[in-house]
Amino acid sequence: MNGLRRILAIIAKELTQLRRDRMTFGMVVMIPLIQLLLFGFAINTNIRHIPVAVVDQSNSGLSRVLMQTIAATQVVEFTERYATPQEAEAAIVDATVRAALIIPADLSERVARHPAVGLGSPPSTDQETSRPVAQWVVDGSDTMIAAAIKGLRAMPLQELFRQPANRNVPTFEVALYFNPEQRTVVNIVPGLVGIILTMTMIMFTSAAIVRERERGNMEMLINTPVRPMELMLGKIIPYVFIGFVQVSIILGLGYWVFQVPVVGGLGHLAAITGLFIAASLSLGLVISTLASNQLQAMQMTVFVLMPSILLSGFMFPYEGMPELAQHIAEVLPATHFMRAVRGVVLRDASLADMSDDAFWLLGFTVLGLVLASLRFKKRLD
Amino acid sequence: MTQWAIEATALTRRFGELAAVSSLDLQVPSGSIYGFLGPNGSGKTTAIRMLTGLLKPSDGHVSVLGLSLPQEAEALKRQIGYMTQRFSLYEDLTVWENLQFVARIYSLGFREARKRIQQLLSTYGLEALARQRAGSMSGGQRQRLALAAATLHNPSLLFLDEPTSAVDPQNRRDFWEQLFDLCDRGTTILVSTHYMDEAERCHRLAILDSGQKRADGPPEVLMATMGARVVELEAPDLRQLKQDLLGLPEVVSAAQLGARLRVLVDDRVERPQQWLAGLPQARMATSLEAVRPSLEDVFVTCTGAAREGQ
Ligand SMILES: Nc1ncnc2c1ncn2[C@@H]1O[C@H](COP(=O)(O)OP(=O)(O)OP(=O)(O)O)[C@@H](O)[C@H]1O
Ligand SMILES: [Mg+2]
Repeated sequence: MNGLRRILAIIAKELTQLRRDRMTFGMVVMIPLIQLLLFGFAINTNIRHIPVAVVDQSNSGLSRVLMQTIAATQVVEFTERYATPQEAEAAIVDATVRAALIIPADLSERVARHPAVGLGSPPSTDQETSRPVAQWVVDGSDTMIAAAIKGLRAMPLQELFRQPANRNVPTFEVALYFNPEQRTVVNIVPGLVGIILTMTMIMFTSAAIVRERERGNMEMLINTPVRPMELMLGKIIPYVFIGFVQVSIILGLGYWVFQVPVVGGLGHLAAITGLFIAASLSLGLVISTLASNQLQAMQMTVFVLMPSILLSGFMFPYEGMPELAQHIAEVLPATHFMRAVRGVVLRDASLADMSDDAFWLLGFTVLGLVLASLRFKKRLD
Repeated sequence: MTQWAIEATALTRRFGELAAVSSLDLQVPSGSIYGFLGPNGSGKTTAIRMLTGLLKPSDGHVSVLGLSLPQEAEALKRQIGYMTQRFSLYEDLTVWENLQFVARIYSLGFREARKRIQQLLSTYGLEALARQRAGSMSGGQRQRLALAAATLHNPSLLFLDEPTSAVDPQNRRDFWEQLFDLCDRGTTILVSTHYMDEAERCHRLAILDSGQKRADGPPEVLMATMGARVVELEAPDLRQLKQDLLGLPEVVSAAQLGARLRVLVDDRVERPQQWLAGLPQARMATSLEAVRPSLEDVFVTCTGAAREGQ
């Protein structure tokens, strides 16, 4: 009973201090708002409009039609035109363009022999002599751009002759569930909930205890009957509410601005988010008992934040990572949350479907709280 | 409760090589004001932190209000109040909010807390400041707030670490009036200071220097038994005279006070006034006068600070 009263006292005090701290208070709202708009509009894995050059050595009607057909895919945009391949290479080096299309002088012969043109099956002797109709020189250092241009490799050429493309039967039928239009933002928004919560929750709490120490309040506080666990709980509970406010901002904006639906039940969403917030906060508390000033706390926050962004599955699929990275990712609360929240928001997964992740987050929270309380000594030495 | 509010034997605290407090024996009687007098770095704060259970002694035994530390530190917390040397309440909270927080932490009921806070505000003249943030208050106001917070739960033992370091003399006097009021109501107070006038107001005091206790007892007794007598003299070239006198083994210290030189002469010299007058170095002295010793003299004799030429 007295314990509860002390916890409430600390919560009230934290909230008052937070309200007075305009900057932090603003950050609570601005971080999710700005980051969501930024990432939502900026991150796009469907590569479009890559600036490329052309070196047209054939300079024929056919070469112009070929360029139009390629431009129609919208993958690339011809922005430069050079006379020689050397000039085009130089343009790639100085990053004027990311790739160059070299159309050889004998384009029409090559096209005529090309099997993809579909002018009947060419004689077997021609098979041997048939070569690609033109060449792409690509800045391969960015693998995403390289992959996009590689995708043009097997482009059908029938359209060159205004013939309808063969409705050839694909080897596989692919049914895209949950994000049929393949919009990157659909995957980004729920993921962003995890990243922003990781950032703000760990940052706020990791500063919480350190700040009291830095400002000299700790000496007063540890001389009162307050217990370590009460202090820890009092410190994190206000931020649980803040966490939920941020989640609402992100998912709300995601819905109104980016039309990312929340398919799953709000109850499930609240449950898994609550668990993740608690896990992040208790991690922040552990950091808080390790760091001796706010700068150190900030450094440790970044130390956790970077792998949470890169390894949690936010940027790259978890399954595609090497085993070691997967093991590291398993330790991070963000990984488990990322999996679970995408499940709820996009696939209407139930709590039972994500019980492993939920239990893991719960365990992490309890462990963190216990560790922080044990590490926190009501003494100065 | 026993006769002693605090009993410590051979209390020692080392930080690496440095002994911040070494072999301190202490007996603080219940219901009195006990002073720690010592210069910067003499170990006052370290000693107080050990007595409140905030620091673990490297050696020695402490019992405070009958509880032995550090094992029973938690039980002690409710019964003591501690005003830290550095302001340790929240600067971004108002006076009222700070006191309210402390009241809640000590589990006072809503009504009880309200009443107690009102009472403290009027005792310490803070009513007009109730809605002001602690960070924007003056040194004296902060110190009154800190005292109010430290006494909010009516502790029977109060630790005050240099409570008046940022306070003008008038405020300092008022502050001490309040300490005497608390003491009259039965609170034991341990206060650290480096002001002589403040130390003189204590019932008993201990003089600390480099972590060691040099003397303890009531101020009058300390002054009477300090082992030296004080003579003030006037002479033309005081600086030279001071140097000459300090060279003599019988002279404990010599310090210039304006146009006069205050000389502490060892007890073994029977008549210090005549002895000084007979010295060849002091033949130019115009007036020689035996004066009452002050606490500063006690301090100087105990610590030998003057020898190194203050
Ligand atoms: N945490 C610590 N680590 C290392 N040394 C310390 C620590 N705390 C105190 N000391 C040292 O112990 C000695 C006594 O310090 P203490 O703070 O007790 O002095 P003080 O009498 O309170 O001085 P002041 O009047 O300046 O407040 C000093 O030399 C100080 O440097
Ligand atoms: Mg001190």
